[in-house]
Amino acid sequence: MRRPLQYLALLGYMVFLAFPLLWLLSTALKTSQEMASLTPTWIPRHPVLTNFADAFTEQDIVGSALRSLVVAVASSVLTVVLALPAAYSMARHRSLVNKFAIGWVLVSQVFPFILIIIPLFMVLRSLDLVNTLPGLTVVHVTFTLPFALWMLQGYVRSVPRELEEAAAVDGAGRIRALVRIVAPLLAPGVVATLLFAFISSWNEFLFALVVLKDPDVATLPLTLVKFTGAEGVVRLGPLAAASLLATIPSLAFFAIIQRRLRSGLLAGAVKG
Amino acid sequence: MTLTAERTREPAADRRGRPKKSRQGRETLLLMLPALIPVLIFSVGPLLYGIYLAFTDARSGRNSVTSFVGLSNFGDLLTDGDFWASFRIGLIWAVSVTVLQFVAALGLALLLNENLRFRAFTRVLAMVPWAMPPVVIGLMWRLVYHPNAGILNSTLQGAGLLDHNVDWLNDFSIALPAVIVVGIWTGMPQTTVVLLAGLQGVPRELHEAGHVDGATTWRRFWSITLPQLRPVIVTITSLDFVWNINQFGLVYVLTQGGPGGQTRLPMLFAYEEAFRYGFFGYAATLGVAIVIVVLAVLGLYIGRQMREVS
Repeated sequence: MRRPLQYLALLGYMVFLAFPLLWLLSTALKTSQEMASLTPTWIPRHPVLTNFADAFTEQDIVGSALRSLVVAVASSVLTVVLALPAAYSMARHRSLVNKFAIGWVLVSQVFPFILIIIPLFMVLRSLDLVNTLPGLTVVHVTFTLPFALWMLQGYVRSVPRELEEAAAVDGAGRIRALVRIVAPLLAPGVVATLLFAFISSWNEFLFALVVLKDPDVATLPLTLVKFTGAEGVVRLGPLAAASLLATIPSLAFFAIIQRRLRSGLLAGAVKG
Repeated sequence: MTLTAERTREPAADRRGRPKKSRQGRETLLLMLPALIPVLIFSVGPLLYGIYLAFTDARSGRNSVTSFVGLSNFGDLLTDGDFWASFRIGLIWAVSVTVLQFVAALGLALLLNENLRFRAFTRVLAMVPWAMPPVVIGLMWRLVYHPNAGILNSTLQGAGLLDHNVDWLNDFSIALPAVIVVGIWTGMPQTTVVLLAGLQGVPRELHEAGHVDGATTWRRFWSITLPQLRPVIVTITSLDFVWNINQFGLVYVLTQGGPGGQTRLPMLFAYEEAFRYGFFGYAATLGVAIVIVVLAVLGLYIGRQMREVS
């Protein structure tokens, strides 16, 4: 008696979780005529891929996707380059900065963005970085850094210190030991952090909304939102297709790192 | 005996260790600086300045003169009907999403903890909202809720539950519940993952002992699982509450705070004050007020939980 009820509940969850996703997919495969007919059906009558092609030829969408890509790549690389030395030091020596980093991760959760974003906007304005991609990159780096630092120092900690010391004893210099012994062992962790920073930046909406007022420099999330406001039912197909395409990088990278991310969140939740 | 021995040895070790220590300190500082400087300039500094702005009449203009006004912004806030409306909506939103999301996630975590078929598949499915860009989640649900082209109206009418098209996101009384459902959908993965890990940490022996004693499933859940999960539950619901009361992007995409302000969460209100009307100081005051509320709510909640444990 229990099993069937459990399966029924599981089915309920699957439906709740999946139906918006399936509807997005269904909308993306419909022709504009079918969208205009106003009798929506789950299965498209004449499934087409033209919406995806449309999304690719839409100047706004391609341009903003490229800008999102530039910002995401730049900010993830910068985040890791800045965080790696600090993470190494955090993992190897105890210092006040460890406490500061953990404290900051927690504090930044509690404080509403508005308290940071107004002064940040003023800082960026005085540096002439408003409406520029470097401006947004700086913001993304700053806000991904604490968590990236936290992730990275965990990976450094998992490389045994003895290994490093043994290499140094064997006559390899300190730098050589770092490059030859530590770096290869650290590589998967660095990649995971890079991907995490990439997803954060690629998905980010709020800071982009404040920093990039000029539509000519809009990133992908901004363009997608603008798209819905202005257009009618007929344009929903390309919008759905573009939304799906925008999700692919995040979903793919997330699939790679989700196990590591889960353990990170857990460490935070249990210790928090 | 050992104590004195140790005491005499300590200073010697210290003398030998000191030069090494200061070199280490320099090295630490050098390694930390690249990460520390941007965080200090672009987030710690702005946060402190933001708190200061709450006590000023700062405006958005580049050359506008800012002066210190003490608590007068807080006085304005307390008599601002729009703020109270937004605050009430924010509390309804944050509490309902947190509670409903917790109940839904606990149910899902319990199921995923059982040895069921399709478990792996559901687990993957349940993670998808976590990875999706919030903007895409908002757009996707707008398609679901669309009055003419949306699947919700046509499904409900097909099932005979509705006889006309409802404009879910533009109806005064339905918009907020509709947005809350999206909030639950979006936040379920994190909560489920944390609760599931908590469940897997409950010692098996406890359940077996309960079983031997003849306790029913419900009774075992109530007196074994829940108390064991308590720290995890308190942590994740607190975090969820904070995240929810500070929510912005999802609701901005769904409704922009409409219709008629029915879904204008505090952060949407603050955003409008700051970047539409240019009242930087007033918006910062709103931020400070929310921090105070969050700390008070968390203090009460966590305090009560701690007392009940002891």
